[in-house]
Amino acid sequence: MPTLKVKVDRDKCQGHARCAALAPELFELDELGNAREKGDGTLPNALVEKAWLARANCPEEAIEVEEKA
Amino acid sequence: MTRPPVNDWSTDFDHLDPRWVENPYPIWDELREKCPVAHTERFRGVYFPSRYEDVRAVAYDTEHFSSRRIIVRETPPPRIPAPPITSDPPEHRPAKNLLLPAFTPDAIKQHEPRTREICARLVEGFAGKSGCDAAADYAQEIPVRVIAVMLGLPEEEGDRFRKWIHEILELGITRPDILMKAMGETSAYFQVEIEKRKSVPRDDLITQLSRATIDGQPISEDHLLGALRLILIAGIDTTWSAIGSCFWHLAQHPEDRQRLVKEPALIPTAVEEFLRAYAPVTMAREVIKDVEIGGCPFKSGEMVLLSFPAANRDPRVFPNADRVMIGRKENRHAAFGLGIHRCIGSNLARMEITVALQEWLKRIPEFRLDPAAKVTWSEGTVRGPRKLPVLFG
Ligand code: SF4
Repeated sequence: MPTLKVKVDRDKCQGHARCAALAPELFELDELGNAREKGDGTLPNALVEKAWLARANCPEEAIEVEEKA
Repeated sequence: MTRPPVNDWSTDFDHLDPRWVENPYPIWDELREKCPVAHTERFRGVYFPSRYEDVRAVAYDTEHFSSRRIIVRETPPPRIPAPPITSDPPEHRPAKNLLLPAFTPDAIKQHEPRTREICARLVEGFAGKSGCDAAADYAQEIPVRVIAVMLGLPEEEGDRFRKWIHEILELGITRPDILMKAMGETSAYFQVEIEKRKSVPRDDLITQLSRATIDGQPISEDHLLGALRLILIAGIDTTWSAIGSCFWHLAQHPEDRQRLVKEPALIPTAVEEFLRAYAPVTMAREVIKDVEIGGCPFKSGEMVLLSFPAANRDPRVFPNADRVMIGRKENRHAAFGLGIHRCIGSNLARMEITVALQEWLKRIPEFRLDPAAKVTWSEGTVRGPRKLPVLFG
């Protein structure tokens, strides 16, 4: 299985906070409520499903799940 | 008030038509397939895109669509700014950043215990009776009180706030005189409150915003009054409508109700689905440059009803869009808007709706619509039940 990374596109994010609610292990919010991925965004296998869920619930389509180079 | 009846929704729609007020969804479903961008000459020209894709395109396009007018009215009133909702870039970002810190999920969490107490107290007030008006006695009371607490105003001022909201958002669509009077009253009210906090600051939003600065400069009095008015109005009517719709649904769907009673952990997911299916808020935009969206020309000077509720019912984006499925996991709904004007109160609204359901279902697990009474709906661009008589047990 390839290693995956989650990433928040900060230009698209409008702070709906869905990602942080659904996958608090992967996302955190800044003082204005906009999201960023925790750490370097490396996605452990156990959290893959949560990452997809967060992605599917972001109204701005700001969450990317990519294969790590 | 009698309005000429609508014969053709694609070329002559009227969002104040009683059929639209009562049940707009079949109208939108039809438009979405037959005429995805409807138009009316009423209200001096308004467009109505009903597909998710087109609603999204308008929401993101701040070059052709301005937020300086956000409500479709019969006679456009003089411009009354309520930043950031009526701001366009570049003024929008700093005006919004001013308010955001008070509305992050963490900041909102602090208001949860008080909200819970308010809900519990309200339910206890009628739990022993045979029924209540779930809109007026419950849904409506919650956001009024929570917003009062946040702004630092007495919870008992609810009646006054509700009167203003009714005048500004409903009556004001066709009666500019009532609108302007209500605007004047809110300004005068807030001016007194701001003055009080100058000598004795408090731990509330009025104090916090009266000290706010943008680029080191204090914000103008107009900006401050506009923002306070926005918080008051947007914080009450919308959430009240959303809570009311949840109870309207649950009163008619015993299987969903029983499931939430048994499985309270599902409530947050159900809340998202209620928000999708019964999204209360439609905003408007003013076309400021001719443009084409969804293959249709939009002419400068006319308005657009930006219907997030219609977008949320588009089967191209949401499978079984017309069905309420409280376990729906993938739910990229647009109830709080899309793009830069995303509702800043979304975290507050979610918290209030969730707590309102939890506290009620704990005490009143069984209820249904009162067959002898009638449910009524708001008129205008915030949709929710205004009278919702239910019987317990
Ligand atoms: S859900 Fe999307 S828009 Fe909302 S905070 Fe997360 S990344 Fe940003």
